[in-house]
Amino acid sequence: MATTTPELKRSRSAKSATRPGDRIFSGLSRGSGITLLVIMAAIAVFLSYRTVIAISKDSTNFFTTFEWNPAGDPPVFGIAVLAFGTVVSSIVAMVIAVPVAIGIALFISHYAPRRLAKPLAYVVDLLAAVPSIIYGLWGAIFLVPYLAGLNEWLDQYLGWTYVFDKANEGPARSLFTVGILLAIMILPIITNVTREVFLQVPKMHEEAALALGATRWEVIRMSVLPFGRSGIISASMLGLGRALGETMAVAVVLSPSFLISGHLLDPGGGTFAQNIAAKFNEANEYGRDALIASGLVLFAITLLVNGAARWIIGRRKEYSGAAA
Amino acid sequence: MSHAIQDRPLSVAPRRGTLSHARLPRWTPAAVAAGSVLAGVGTGLAAGWHSKVQWGLISALLFVLVTYALTTKVEGSRQAKDRVATSLVWVCFVLAVVPLLSLAWVTVSKGLAVLDGYFLTHSMNGVLDAEAGGGIYHALLGTVEQVGIATLIAAPIGLLTAVYLVEYGGGKLAQAVTFFVDVMTGIPSIVAGLFVLTTWNLTLGFGPSGFAGAMALAILMMPVVVRSTEEMLKLVPNELREASLALGIPKWRTILKVVLPTAIGGITTGVMLAVARITGETAPVLLLVFGTKLINPNPFEGAQSSLPLYVYEQYAVGTDAAVARAWAAALVLIAFVMILNLVARGIARWKAPKTGR
Repeated sequence: MATTTPELKRSRSAKSATRPGDRIFSGLSRGSGITLLVIMAAIAVFLSYRTVIAISKDSTNFFTTFEWNPAGDPPVFGIAVLAFGTVVSSIVAMVIAVPVAIGIALFISHYAPRRLAKPLAYVVDLLAAVPSIIYGLWGAIFLVPYLAGLNEWLDQYLGWTYVFDKANEGPARSLFTVGILLAIMILPIITNVTREVFLQVPKMHEEAALALGATRWEVIRMSVLPFGRSGIISASMLGLGRALGETMAVAVVLSPSFLISGHLLDPGGGTFAQNIAAKFNEANEYGRDALIASGLVLFAITLLVNGAARWIIGRRKEYSGAAA
Repeated sequence: MSHAIQDRPLSVAPRRGTLSHARLPRWTPAAVAAGSVLAGVGTGLAAGWHSKVQWGLISALLFVLVTYALTTKVEGSRQAKDRVATSLVWVCFVLAVVPLLSLAWVTVSKGLAVLDGYFLTHSMNGVLDAEAGGGIYHALLGTVEQVGIATLIAAPIGLLTAVYLVEYGGGKLAQAVTFFVDVMTGIPSIVAGLFVLTTWNLTLGFGPSGFAGAMALAILMMPVVVRSTEEMLKLVPNELREASLALGIPKWRTILKVVLPTAIGGITTGVMLAVARITGETAPVLLLVFGTKLINPNPFEGAQSSLPLYVYEQYAVGTDAAVARAWAAALVLIAFVMILNLVARGIARWKAPKTGR
């Protein structure tokens, strides 16, 4: 018996592998998986190739130049302003969105009346579905004039901080406004992921804390937040990835300029994605290569941020599985 | 657990003769809220601030401070912290709802002003920027074609990839695919556009077309389809697969006839949500489809338009009539996306696998 079993197994697996239908189908599905990998690789390769062409013609340092004039003679362009604008607007967005998103997630998972919780989660999902161009339109026509008053106020009372000093009179088409708009746009994704994590908190932890006489806030601080910490971090990074790559909303709201200014409320600045959308139509062939080069930088940054987020989520799965 | 509740001396001793602490009456939060809103509005009016954001900020701050002070006095500092946390969570919720309502209200009220049958059935051919009239027929047509082609490319690849991951996977390749699908979900749409631009347009030398845009949209759509399909396939009970295999049915037929039909509801939902997501993408369309005022029914030749691109163009034109058109198109776009979402979720509920008989 012991000698026949392996033989039997081998013959069976050999038989199933020779079925043409199985071979075709498994080949097709494996091929699709490989296609995805090939696309990712191709994105990196093709963008890098064009980037090399662009940078080799750039007459200044690509990373430290404050100018974008690839059509000039000699061509001059650099991503310093774009990197600054992208990072600053994303930081503003994160500072606003992360605490609020945690609050909403807690509201849905722990505070809202049962009947409200489900529709609320649903509404948050719908928020995530609103196209970015519509956020942009709303931001430019409704939010910008609306924030003028707030800007004045910040300038008046917090102007001494330099950051909130509004040196340039003009509409609120600033990095700060962009940050607020981005915060609204990334709220749903951060909320959704954090909420999922909060719902996974072992009920026993919470009930144990309650049984010791903890108030609701103490339950959250002692059992929910520590359990969800890595979930919050990775959710925030997913949101950050969105904020970094957002194009249309920024392109519509920001009035771009190639200056770095620490005054967040002043109109001006730019981000990678916004610059590509704004400059693309007027760019000549070489200008396109320059834009592609900046796109590659954006791609690399978002890849890093998203990869890190996924890595944190994946790591968490392992140890939470062991603890549960 | 350094924060554990220890027997700290209670800041407020229980009332004599009872075992419970003193509690504020139930109507206190409401009363404090009303009071602070009144105070906020009063200060705002007195100081003549136009922005209601400031009124709201002052009211919220007052509410939190007064609640904290009152509760500390009557119930003790732990309860006070709890109440402050509760009110902060509520404030977060309100903060999220306000922009949503505002966005919905503004889009609907401004969009309805222009939206009518004429708007839906005419293009912008010959319409000057400053004059009213014109419509979105060409943009609607372009959106439907581009999204349709993108779905035709992305749905099969995404579905098969998910089948591979769930039914065949397990090796190094499957791990790599899972990781890169996750990472791919986060690709900025403009980068997908640039990629197709470099390959299709710059390297292969094709001009702008609806098809080029559709390829970029497909890249954005694939990972979403893979993720949702994967989740659904994992929900299919193993007993079904085993029963089918035990009857001698080949694996591929088992997958096609047993596994996929069981999960079809969820898969459809996932695909529709992915469609809804790419319908609103503007950036790749801006780079690859270019936009036109004319009706171009052929997605493989020449510039087309699309709804999100139309919104952007009309906004960029900036005249009153054009901005009104942008709002109307935005309303159509948002309605389209929302209907897709609602129908998708409806299907998910209707076709949900019945658990337990």
